[in-house]
Amino acid sequence: MTGNYLLQGVTITTGEVRDVVIESGLIVDKASTGTSHEVMDCSGLVVLPGFVDLHTHLREPGFEQSETVASGSRSAAAGGYTAIHAMANTFPVADTAGVVEQVARLGEDAGLVFVQPIGAVTVGLKGEQLAELGAMAQSKARVRIFSDDGNCVHDPALMRRALEYVKAFDGVVAQHAQEPRLTVNAQMNEGALATKLGLGGWPKVAEEAIIARDLMLTELTGSRLHVCHVSTAGSVELIRQAKARGINVSAEVTPHHLLLTEDLASGYDPVYKVNPPLRSTADVEALREGLIDGTIDVIATDHAPHPKESKDTDWASAAFGMVGLETAYSVAQQVLIDSGKSNFERLGAVMSSNAAAISGLAQQGKYLSAGSAANLTLVDPKDSWDPKPQTLSMSENNPFTGLKMQGRVRHTIYNGQFSYRDLSIMQRAGS
Amino acid sequence: MRHLLSAADLDKDQAIKLLDLAEDMSDVNDREIKKLPTLRGKTVVNLFFEDSTRTRISFELAAKRLSADVINFAAKGSSVSKGESLKDTAQTLEAMGADVIVLRHSSSGSAHRLAHTDWVGSAIVNAGDGSHEHPTQALLDAMTIRQGAIKHPRGKDLTGIKVLIVGDLSHSRVARSNLILLTTLGAEVHVCGPATLAPASLVSSGRVHFLLDDAIKLVNPDVVMMLRVQQERMSDSFFPTEREYARIWGLNKSRLARIGENTQILHPGPMNRGLEIDAASADSKNSMVLNQVRNGVAVRMAVLLTLLSGEAS
Amino acid sequence: MTKRTVLSADDISRAITRISHEIVEANQGLENLVLLGIPTRGVFIANRLVEVIKKHSGVEIELGSLDITLYRDDLAKQPTRGPGVTSMPAGGVSGKTIVLVDDVLFSGRTVRAALDALNDHGRPKAVMLAVLVDRGHRQLPIRADFVGKNLPTSSKEHISVKLSESDGVDEVVIES
Repeated sequence: MTGNYLLQGVTITTGEVRDVVIESGLIVDKASTGTSHEVMDCSGLVVLPGFVDLHTHLREPGFEQSETVASGSRSAAAGGYTAIHAMANTFPVADTAGVVEQVARLGEDAGLVFVQPIGAVTVGLKGEQLAELGAMAQSKARVRIFSDDGNCVHDPALMRRALEYVKAFDGVVAQHAQEPRLTVNAQMNEGALATKLGLGGWPKVAEEAIIARDLMLTELTGSRLHVCHVSTAGSVELIRQAKARGINVSAEVTPHHLLLTEDLASGYDPVYKVNPPLRSTADVEALREGLIDGTIDVIATDHAPHPKESKDTDWASAAFGMVGLETAYSVAQQVLIDSGKSNFERLGAVMSSNAAAISGLAQQGKYLSAGSAANLTLVDPKDSWDPKPQTLSMSENNPFTGLKMQGRVRHTIYNGQFSYRDLSIMQRAGS
Repeated sequence: MRHLLSAADLDKDQAIKLLDLAEDMSDVNDREIKKLPTLRGKTVVNLFFEDSTRTRISFELAAKRLSADVINFAAKGSSVSKGESLKDTAQTLEAMGADVIVLRHSSSGSAHRLAHTDWVGSAIVNAGDGSHEHPTQALLDAMTIRQGAIKHPRGKDLTGIKVLIVGDLSHSRVARSNLILLTTLGAEVHVCGPATLAPASLVSSGRVHFLLDDAIKLVNPDVVMMLRVQQERMSDSFFPTEREYARIWGLNKSRLARIGENTQILHPGPMNRGLEIDAASADSKNSMVLNQVRNGVAVRMAVLLTLLSGEAS
Repeated sequence: MTKRTVLSADDISRAITRISHEIVEANQGLENLVLLGIPTRGVFIANRLVEVIKKHSGVEIELGSLDITLYRDDLAKQPTRGPGVTSMPAGGVSGKTIVLVDDVLFSGRTVRAALDALNDHGRPKAVMLAVLVDRGHRQLPIRADFVGKNLPTSSKEHISVKLSESDGVDEVVIES
C-alpha cells in the first residue's frame, strides 16, 4: 500500500466536483509529480469529513457479550466514522486513568477508528463523589469529555463542582439529563399512548428541568456543558435561549430521536425501548429544526448494543438502548438533505467537525485542509438500502430494521487508509 | 378470536356474543352436574407471575367445568425468581402441551408480547398485565351490570347505563379494560379519583371528576365501581393518608344513601374494607360483589370455549 | 345439484301422527313421560308430537329441549356455535322416561352427544329415540325406537328437513 490515493471526480460539500488527493496519509492540494497514486473513480459520491461520534457504548471492559472495542470499531467504520467516543459505563467504570487508557489502547489495537474514551464524572457513576477527572485528563487517553451517561448527575451541588472542576483542563461535562425522581418506573414517553399501554410515563419535564438547572449552573460557573441525547421540543427551546444568552453549551441528538416516534411502543417490542424514550412527532419536528438552525450541534448515535436476551423479553424487563452507528448517516441525509432544508456543509458539521471541536480532537473534522490527516467518509446519496438487524455490531437491537434507507456510506478513510471500502470492512485501516 | 389480550380486541357484536355465551355457561353452573365435556383433552395453563388466588381459581374452575386439564404454574418462588424469563417459562409449558396459556404478569404488554412473538403458538388469555389490562374482569363486570340493569339481558348492550369508576385510574388495569369494554357496549363511563392518579389524557375526555361527592351528584350513576387501593400508592405520595382517601373517595353509608336505590356497587376484590368501601356499602343489597365472582367463572368458560373451538383456528 | 322431494307436508303430518300413536302405545298411561327435542328442528317435531298426543289422548306430555352443542366430539373442527336452548321440565329428568326427538338420524353422533348431555342433567329411568327420518349410515351402535320414514340414501347425498316453524314449508328433500 502506498497510502497515496487520487479520488477522482468526487463531490465536495459545497457541491463542487473535483479530485481529492491523499499522500502518505495526508490531504494535499495537488498530486505530486513522480508519486504514484491509486486512482479511484468517485463520481456520484460525496466526500465528507470522517464522522465523529460523541456517544458510543462500546461495552468493553465488562460487557463483552454485547460489544467489544474491536466490534464497535468495525461497526463505526462501516457507518463512516473515523472517531468515536467510548462511554464510561463499563465494568469497571471508566472513572480512573487506568480504565480510560485501557480502552484507548484497545481502540489502537483494533486500528479502524480513533477511540476516544469518555471519563465518568463521579466514582462508579454513583453520583456521590467526583472521580479523578484530572488524572483522566492528563492520562495518555487525554480525556476531555466527562459523563455519567446512563445516570444523571442529579445532585445540583455535585454538578456545580464538576462544571467548575473541568475548567482547569478545558473539559466539558456531558449530562444525561434525567431527573430520577420524576422517572421512577418510567418506561416510555408520558402521554395518552403510555396511559393506553399501561407503561409508566416519562415526563418531558424530567429532562427539561435538569437542562434548565444545568444551564444556570453553567452560566454561574462560566464552564462548558454538553447535553446528551436531547429528546424534547422544550429542551431544544431551552438550549436555543441559553445559546442566545451566550452560555457555553453544546447539544446532541440521536438518529433515532430524529426519525422514530413513541407509537412504535404500541407492539411492546423492546427494540424500541430507549433512554430517553422515543417522543412525539412534534418533538421530532422540533429536534430537526434545532439541528438545522444550529441549536443542536451534533448528531450522536448513543449506539447502545445489548445481547439478544436483554431484548427478547417483556417490555419492563428489557434493557434500554438501540444500536445506530451504521444507519446514522442515512438518517442525517434524510433529515438535512432529502428534506431540502439544509446542505452537506451542515451535515459535515453535525456529523463530524462540531463533535471534534467539542472533544478537542486535533486530527478530526478537518475535512480537506491541506496537510491535515486524511479522515474522510465517502457516501453515495442515491444508494437505497434496507437495514438488517445483523450489522457489524455484535448486537441486533436495531430499530431501523425494516425501514427503507436512502444514502449509504461507501468508503471510510481513517488516517489516510481505508478502514471500510466498497461496503466491506477492512481488517485494520489500510489492510 | 385467536387470543384475548385487551378489551379492545372485542367489537360490540363479539362482546355481546361472549356475554351471551357466558349466560349459557352460567346456566351450567346452576345445574347439579356443573360440568361439560367440551374441552376434554385440552390443556389450560395458568401461568401466574403475580399472586392472585382469586383470578387463578376462577380460571381453574372455568377450565375444569369444561373438562380441560389445568396446570397451575405460580412463577413466584420458582425458577423464574432465579432469572428464568417469560419466554423460557412459556416455551417449557407449551412443550408440555398447553393449548391455552392464561397469563398474569406484572409487566404491561407481556401477554401481547407472548402472543405476537414466535415464542409459543398457544392461545393467550391476558389475566392481568401490569397496569395495562384485565379483559376478563371487564367482561365479568359487564355481565354483572347487564344482568342487574336489564331484565332479559341476552343479546343486549349497555346503552343508556351510566357507570362511575372510582379510584386509581393511572395504574388500574381493571379501570382500563372496563373503560374500553363498557364504552364499546354503549355505556356512559365516568371516572373519579385523586388528580394524582388520573392521567392527563383521561382528564381531557371530560368525564373525569376529582371529588366523589361531585361525581355522584353530577353523574347520578346506575353503577358505581370501586377500585382497590394499592398500599404502595400511599407510600409514593399519590395521596396523603388512608383516612383522607376514605373521607374523599371512599364509598360509605352517607354516600350510599345518596346513590340511587337500584344503583349497583361493583368491586373487583379483594376489598379494603374501611378504605375504598365501608362495611355498610360492601354488605348492602346494592353490592354485586358475589355476582361478580360467580360471573367470573362463567365469563372465563365462555372465553376458553371461544378460543378453543373452531373459530379460533 | 338435483333435488328430489321425498316427503310432502302430508307425509310429514302422517308420520308424526303415527309416531305419536307408537309413543302412546309404548308408554302405557303416559305417566312420567318427557319429550326432549334436540334443537333446532327436533324441538319443533317434539312440539307437534305433544300437540297431536294431546288431541287424541287428552294428555299433555311434559316437553323440553336438550342442546348438545357443547357435547359434540368435533367442536374444535366447527366454527363456534353458541349453544342452543336447553330447557328441562320443572321436575327434572331423574326417574322419568325420556323420548329424545330429532329430525334426522344419520351417524348417531348427535344422539350419542345427547345421551351424554342428558346424563349431566340427571338419571332417567329409560331413554327412547324418535326421529322423523332415518337415513342409515350409522357410525355408532344406536337405533331409533320410533321412525317416521326410513330413507335409504347414499352417504354423498344431503337430506334437508324443512319445517314450517323455521323454513316456512313442510318437506323433506334429498339433494345430490
